[in-house]
Amino acid sequence: MRSAEQGETITPVAYRLHETRDEARRVFNICNACRYCEGYCAVFPAMMRRRTFDDASLDYLANLCHNCRSCYYACQYAPPHEFALNLPATLADLRVQSWSGYAWPRGLGRAFAANGLVLAVALALGIAAMIWLASLVAPAPGAEAFYAVIPHSVMVAVFAPVFLFALLAMAVSVVRFWRATDSPSMSGSGIRRGLSDTFTLRHLGGGHGEGCNYEAAEEYSNQRRLLHHAIFYGFMLCFASTASASVLHYAFASPAPYDLWSVPKLLGVPGGVALCIGTAGLFVLKRRSAMALGARDVRGMETGFVALLFLASASGLVLYAFRGTAALEALLAVHLGAVLAFFATLPYSKMVHGLYRVAALIRSATADRCD
Amino acid sequence: MIAGGGNAALCAAITAAELGARVLIAEAAPHFYRGGNSRHTRNFRCMHTKPVGMLTDAYPEQEYFEDLIRVTEGKTDEELLRLTIRQSQQCLDWMTAHGVHFQPSLSGTLSLSRTNAFFLGGGKALVNAYYLTAARLGVDVLYDTEVSHVHLQDGRFEHAVLSSGGKSVNVYAKSLVVASGGFQADTDWLIRAWGPAAENFLIRGTPYNRGRLLSDLLDQGAEPVGDPTQCHAVAIDARAPRFDGGIVTRLDCVPFSVVVNRDAQRFYDEGEDVWPKRYAIWGRLVAQQPGQIAYALIDSTSLELFMPSVYPPIVADTLDGIAAEFELDARVLKRTVETFNASCRTGTFKPTELDGLATEGLDPPKTNWARPLEKPPFYAYPLRPGVTFTYLGLRVDATARVRMANVGLSHNVWAAGEIMAGNILGQGYTAGIGMTIGTVFGRIAGKEAVRHALG
Repeated sequence: MRSAEQGETITPVAYRLHETRDEARRVFNICNACRYCEGYCAVFPAMMRRRTFDDASLDYLANLCHNCRSCYYACQYAPPHEFALNLPATLADLRVQSWSGYAWPRGLGRAFAANGLVLAVALALGIAAMIWLASLVAPAPGAEAFYAVIPHSVMVAVFAPVFLFALLAMAVSVVRFWRATDSPSMSGSGIRRGLSDTFTLRHLGGGHGEGCNYEAAEEYSNQRRLLHHAIFYGFMLCFASTASASVLHYAFASPAPYDLWSVPKLLGVPGGVALCIGTAGLFVLKRRSAMALGARDVRGMETGFVALLFLASASGLVLYAFRGTAALEALLAVHLGAVLAFFATLPYSKMVHGLYRVAALIRSATADRCD
Repeated sequence: MIAGGGNAALCAAITAAELGARVLIAEAAPHFYRGGNSRHTRNFRCMHTKPVGMLTDAYPEQEYFEDLIRVTEGKTDEELLRLTIRQSQQCLDWMTAHGVHFQPSLSGTLSLSRTNAFFLGGGKALVNAYYLTAARLGVDVLYDTEVSHVHLQDGRFEHAVLSSGGKSVNVYAKSLVVASGGFQADTDWLIRAWGPAAENFLIRGTPYNRGRLLSDLLDQGAEPVGDPTQCHAVAIDARAPRFDGGIVTRLDCVPFSVVVNRDAQRFYDEGEDVWPKRYAIWGRLVAQQPGQIAYALIDSTSLELFMPSVYPPIVADTLDGIAAEFELDARVLKRTVETFNASCRTGTFKPTELDGLATEGLDPPKTNWARPLEKPPFYAYPLRPGVTFTYLGLRVDATARVRMANVGLSHNVWAAGEIMAGNILGQGYTAGIGMTIGTVFGRIAGKEAVRHALG
């Protein structure tokens, strides 16, 4: 209504964003007059440095929030109180909308809206592509080697551009976020603190180390923090595994497959197991947690992302276990298809939360130092 | 059997359960609003002889004692006050052991970092922690359940009548701890005590402190303590909800304002002292004005000198605009501000200390921070009295046992928290003392009640 009066065209999504920002301002004005939660995380000190909240500041604060929910359970003004404060949900909504806004290329930000569908289509296309690629190559008799199914050069030709594009798209969007939020110039100590907060998930500790209130309501629990560690470090191990395999392939002319006591497998197998445990665990926690304290209407994005990561890692482990069987070709198509879908959607999936979070944490640590 | 579900009740329940008693809590509020006024609190005033936890330096017994003598103007039971102060120190470890987390003194309250330990997340987080601890110890809790009457026989508690959803049930127990707060949420009682003006008072905390059990026990001969007509009230934003507005409705703008009443006249020195030392008298000052309302006016130079509050100020480019918004007589308001402006002197304005920048020849004067109101836009906040708690309570001894007028000490009734705070706070208040009284006497009452029940 308001937009029509002002004579501008506002799409439904942008109108929602406008509403969410107004709600965030309302909530922050009340929080700023209370400040009881100031010890829980970095959001409150950052909030207290402001009296007014422009759009970019709100994006910054939203991405600083880890959705630990401690402030909600400690809030004397949460619903049914008439002030009806729900800071975790408000910031969660705003966060997703901000990723959509900073996405590059711009139009693809829309992929966040029906993200579950996007991921599912990407997965189907990824698997189909792998089956098609495999069909181009005549099966080598008794092959245990993946490259007999899909040659190494073909894999590189498919994965490298997808991966590089994902990196570029994410880098551009995070730089746009950093610039829009008028961030201070980076400092060594700010970067160190911000990264340390990222790698330890300090802000899921509740300010006292006993954890957050994500799935256990008024009780503190470190489960979410540990499971997220399993995903993050599991992912890093898998990534290191792939990188080490490339080194072996190119520098030592030692192509896959590798046996269990090789560097790629020693990194990849524990990494894959950690990823499976972490993703399955977070899925369970999410089901236990209160829906009303998270972002609205993005279950597809959240569940889809965790499911895709689980599929990519679990299929990798299964592939390794059944590498000598007739199932190799099918398993390889599923695994590579999932990995391809994962990287193709990377800049438009839940994955980006990590990048924005690191940027926000570095910014917060830098601003602390300036003050 | 414990009546009430706030800090004092929970301290009593946890203490009693740990000593082996079967404990039942009857909390009048539903789950979300549980915890009485404790859910709006934020800190605990604590004696300590050296830096401990988040508390800096030392806060010795004698200084604590003198602080309380000052705010109560001597209206206190010195024995109980000393007991509270001495036990406050060991409470800190007990609180931590039962799930309470502390945080450094909140920003804007650095003056309290030595004397007061702040709860991480505030009072509701503390209340949540205690309920979890109590549940682990097997304490039963009934929400939406009010103790409407206790049956006493010669000072001996026989049974309590618990009411919930229109139904009543008798509960028999060996000991009773009453920790059900004051009566400030019962407007009719407040009007009887204070006068018709009380109809315009806002209640800062829980709507469940209706004093039902307080009046029930006083009617049965429990000895009263504290002035029955008085309540602790501060000036809060008039737009605050009738109940439960809590901390965010406070306004810290008065020292930098010109405050007028409904007749657009000033009525008190806005710059008498730094705000933490004066904010408590403004509830009564506003209560004495016609219609129990006042308006704090500032101009654009002062807007960022105080903590932001929950409601945005009314903004206008002219004083006429402000007058129109609040239906004040514009000519009178203009004259009041012009007279005030004319009596301001030049000098150095220092917002964080007494700067002696006083008006000249003005009655009442403004003795600090007096700067003319002349740079539009003008901003205004409406003020009303906000009641924190009432002083009337039950007289107790050092074991928290309730005194009965005819039979001396009650056989098996103890009291803790706001319902007996008047023993120590005959008048006045200082930050964090309510939670200290509740914690100290909650633990004493729990222990004594068990000693009686289990022999």
